[in-house]
Amino acid sequence: MSDVDISQDGHARPRDTHALGEVILRTEGLTKHYGGVHALEEADFEIRRGEHVAIMGDNGAGKSTFVRQITGVEQRTRGKIWFDGAYVDFEGPLHARHAGIETVFQTLALADHLDVPDNLFLGREKTKWNWLGPFRILDYRAMREDTLKALQKTGVKIPNVRNTIQNMSGGQRQCVAIARTATFHSKLTIMDEPTAALGVQETAQVENIIRTLKDQGEPLILISHNMRQVMDLVDRIVVFRRGRIVANLRKEETDGQDVVAYITGAKTQPAYADAAA
Amino acid sequence: MADQAAHGVGGLKYDHSKRQRPAELNVLIALFLIVAVFELLGFLIMDQSFLFDSAGRFDSIFNEQRLQIIILQVAIVGIIALGVTQVIITGGIDLSSGSIVGATAMIAMSFAQVAEVNGFPNPKGVFMEQGWVDLPVIVPIVVGLLCGLVAGGINGLLVGYTKIPPFIATLGMMVSARGVAKWWTEGQPVSFPTESYAAIGAGMNPVIIFLVLAILFHLVMRYTVYGKHTYAIGSNEAAARMSGINVQRHLVLVYTIAGVLAAVAAIVLSSKNLTAQSGMGVMYELDAIAMAVIGGISLQGGRGSIVGTVIGALIFGVIISGFTFLRLDAFYQEMVKGAIIVGAVVLDQYRQRKAAARA
Repeated sequence: MSDVDISQDGHARPRDTHALGEVILRTEGLTKHYGGVHALEEADFEIRRGEHVAIMGDNGAGKSTFVRQITGVEQRTRGKIWFDGAYVDFEGPLHARHAGIETVFQTLALADHLDVPDNLFLGREKTKWNWLGPFRILDYRAMREDTLKALQKTGVKIPNVRNTIQNMSGGQRQCVAIARTATFHSKLTIMDEPTAALGVQETAQVENIIRTLKDQGEPLILISHNMRQVMDLVDRIVVFRRGRIVANLRKEETDGQDVVAYITGAKTQPAYADAAA
Repeated sequence: MADQAAHGVGGLKYDHSKRQRPAELNVLIALFLIVAVFELLGFLIMDQSFLFDSAGRFDSIFNEQRLQIIILQVAIVGIIALGVTQVIITGGIDLSSGSIVGATAMIAMSFAQVAEVNGFPNPKGVFMEQGWVDLPVIVPIVVGLLCGLVAGGINGLLVGYTKIPPFIATLGMMVSARGVAKWWTEGQPVSFPTESYAAIGAGMNPVIIFLVLAILFHLVMRYTVYGKHTYAIGSNEAAARMSGINVQRHLVLVYTIAGVLAAVAAIVLSSKNLTAQSGMGVMYELDAIAMAVIGGISLQGGRGSIVGTVIGALIFGVIISGFTFLRLDAFYQEMVKGAIIVGAVVLDQYRQRKAAARA
């Protein structure tokens, strides 16, 4: 077994830099077939509280498929998922969200004509007079105050929270989408290519938010193609290739070239040798 | 919450110069401009004021009679436009409201008839044999509202659950509801309502009903979860769904409310006219859509407000009154109305592009 293998018994192993908590999400034999296409095969994955893990791999390697299975966007073909200490079977993304998994999708799920608090609280508005059913009254003040708190907590810079999303830059939109996950004390945050469409400064801002999340001990799964970013931000890198996990690398024990070798198929970790066959 | 030095977060200052003027303000300016044009033409051509009391007939600055007519003639279609506005904000369209007015007016009126007219049995009585005459006024009102509820509910179910375009779903209802209106009495008008039913739409009542409903739905759209979700669906339906909003159920609610508002318009209209005919409400759907569009409601959804629609309705009323005031024929009205609808959308698109370029 490789030295970076993580124990399957659920006990935390002491780490050098950060003290990691118990396992928050674990998958075993996670598999997804689209008809004859084996998009994801036998993925065993684990992330602990406070840990930031990057998922890397070429296009079509199964990264997004993997995320879609654990967030309930799609139903897995087979395999098991444990989240927060319990075996889970999410019926849909909402179910996963209620359980505490917040996802920042590649296509931002924001309503352009609404302002920042509206978007942050969309679908889970703070309300008064709840006996009015669908016509219950919005508590604008509470939502605005919580929004300002969340933005300050994540270090997001927005000139005016009452501005509609359509008047914001790509970076600000991404920050709003991320701040949204931070507002609701999620137990696990997943970001799918959060900086793919952003400029240099905006990327830096998003990365700062990710560091803030790290300092606050919030676990994160980051899908990214940006090697520099991954090396800067995460504790561990999991490499996918042709639907399978081929490497599980601690950041301190690898470098960019090494990771690229795993991504392209030049190398495969001994523990996953059968997977690459 | 402290104002955060113009509520910037994280050390950024909010640039007030980049703030957009609300669309409603532009529509209001347009309303004043149109009034000014008629005022000017009045002095040049008619030698009298359009809105002001130049003859000293009313002991006030304004020509109250004209003001009343302006709003009275748009009040009933305005009620429909309140519902249509909500539908358009979700990104949909409702073509069925005029036909729902026709069908509802026919059906509601048949439950509002008197037994005897001038000592003879009601010649237009629909339910004479059953003895359903001289019923309390609540009966035709409830029956009418139920008609709108059912028709709007079917629209909503079709749009929400079958995924057919709202244009097609409500086009189907437009044709079918008109069929119901004609079938109900085989084309015969339904007349002679009870006094209490006739009182609903008498005098300025349509205006009061319109304004009360407008205020109610303004508050609903602005301050309730229903309103927020309506905007969210029109703005980005996928995002709304991902955020946990039950989009299908919400659409059913929106279209049902639009149907009920069309039914309210039908009750007021048939009461005001003291009769119901199968052709009632023809083209009302388009007038209602036009009011909303002139009022700044974006046909792409997500943008606009009830306030805008009310101002849009007033612009409509001013134009009709203005043409009458200038003694121009009705067909000029239609030509100009059409041009204004197209112009409103062109202006709105231009404004959107400018806003997008600035961001």
